[in-house]
Amino acid sequence: MCQDCGCGDENIIPLPVQQRLLARNDNVAAHNREHFQERAIFSVNLMGSPGSGKTAVLEATAGALHGGHRLAAFAGDLATDNDAARLSKAGIRSKAITTGQACHLDAEMVHHALHDFDLAGVDYFFIENVGNLVCPAVYDLGQTVNVVALSVTEGEDKPIKYPTMFAKADLVLLTKVDLLRHLPDVRVAAIVEALGRVMPDPQLIPISTVGGRDGIAAWTEWLSQRREASISPQLAGKNA
Amino acid sequence: MHEYSIVQSLVDSVMAAVPRDASVHRIEVRIGELSGVDPELLATAYDVFRAGTICERAAMRIDRVPARWVCPNCKSEIPSGTALRCRACDKPAHLESGDEIILQRIELEVA
Repeated sequence: MCQDCGCGDENIIPLPVQQRLLARNDNVAAHNREHFQERAIFSVNLMGSPGSGKTAVLEATAGALHGGHRLAAFAGDLATDNDAARLSKAGIRSKAITTGQACHLDAEMVHHALHDFDLAGVDYFFIENVGNLVCPAVYDLGQTVNVVALSVTEGEDKPIKYPTMFAKADLVLLTKVDLLRHLPDVRVAAIVEALGRVMPDPQLIPISTVGGRDGIAAWTEWLSQRREASISPQLAGKNA
Repeated sequence: MHEYSIVQSLVDSVMAAVPRDASVHRIEVRIGELSGVDPELLATAYDVFRAGTICERAAMRIDRVPARWVCPNCKSEIPSGTALRCRACDKPAHLESGDEIILQRIELEVA
């Protein structure tokens, strides 16, 4: 009999469940994470709006990560393998995941794409998510860190408009800062302030992928430090 | 819009939790403010998707869970919309609740 809602209907039986609805995705994500960890691969879920510069960031990263590190990437898009082709051209072992109408990558798509992908010797694995500030934030893919690319043209209040995405970020790359001189109303300090209201420990690196490539060295240094901290000491020498 | 895939998971979870011939009267879900799931879109997606499933005649109640940030050190609450850092302890806030996407309860109807 239904006793806890007080309706007294003897034909209703309540069943407490407490089931996480993304449990299946999270289990596959944990499996992906094991794939990466057992090979000492540092993995990044790179998210951001369409046109925020995610692919350009990875192209610049390929040219700037020194020390003979190997990079690999999946590029998620609704259609075309254009981004994966760009990344391959930049020297990153790449594969496209075309999602059709799906607005995000999930752990199953990444797992499926990993099946016939050569991870040998890879140090950094980037998952360039579908351009979208909403849905990708919901799905764990098995990454080590979440990085969000936010371009200066998107507006100072973007973080507080999309709090879930920024609350989950380990780092925000403020991209296209070379355009700031054309945008007198955009203040980096206001973006940082907005970020602090949704991201508990706001980490932001302003970067540009053109000209002097401002901030790219700081970004690769951040990657290198986080990788060092995340991989276990015995696996660190796998390529030695 | 990922709410349709959330509804797919929801229906799968209900099917896994009840006998195959069960009549599901009502379900209750908890959706956090920072879960990335929009309750209105979820309700719409549920109404479209439940036809022909075990949830076809089951109403859905959505409990919304507000984001609750606390200091990991002194446990004091830090209001949403303000800087998410404890001024007293100088520690980044921890999200205590508000990111959940949970099937909480199922009500079955027996003859």
